[in-house]
Amino acid sequence: MTLEILTFGIARDIIGSSVLTVEMLEGATVDDLKRQILTLYPGFIALSSLMIAVNTEYGNETTVLKEGDEIALIPPVSGG
Amino acid sequence: MLDIQLLSTPLSISACEAFVESPEVGGAVVFIGTVRNKTGAKSVTRLEFEAYKPMAINEMRKIAERALSTFSVFKISIHHRVGILDIGEVPVVIAVSAPHRGAAFDACEFCIDELKKTVPIWKKEVFEDGEIWVAAHP
Repeated sequence: MTLEILTFGIARDIIGSSVLTVEMLEGATVDDLKRQILTLYPGFIALSSLMIAVNTEYGNETTVLKEGDEIALIPPVSGG
Repeated sequence: MLDIQLLSTPLSISACEAFVESPEVGGAVVFIGTVRNKTGAKSVTRLEFEAYKPMAINEMRKIAERALSTFSVFKISIHHRVGILDIGEVPVVIAVSAPHRGAAFDACEFCIDELKKTVPIWKKEVFEDGEIWVAAHP
């Protein structure tokens, strides 16, 4: 399946684009996606954290991803 | 009652205050975040805020709902700004009203502390000689 992933802040700088397209196997989880991203873009290893949002909610490691989900990379937040 | 907004225009402190007014209120607390001119020894030129908008609004709403259910407060207004902000400008305003001041102080502090932890908003500090995404690295 093809996943389109939104990027923000330093995640967009590391990837160099505001949308990242990744091919994953059916049934892939948030944890699988995170591993894939760390492999493709080792710059993420240096960050304090990396969360993944699925349909505008924080996903946990076992959240299963589907084609058409709105997925976003959430690097360490710094609002306020 | 909640008033949660993410805005690209200057925030109105009085709009947040007005939202939380009510005859039952014994006190209101307003937190006003402002852009500081220094980080450590470095002079800051400006801040740039960006947000994952639908999720940022959801997360701010969740925080305010938790504050309403945890503390004895009436109304909460949270406004956060995005875009380029100069020194002294206001990126965030949180107003909370309650029958008694203690709950208003506690709820207001809870809201800003949680906002900084969970709401997908990012701040870039721009210096004369470079820039950094705040909190990105340990």
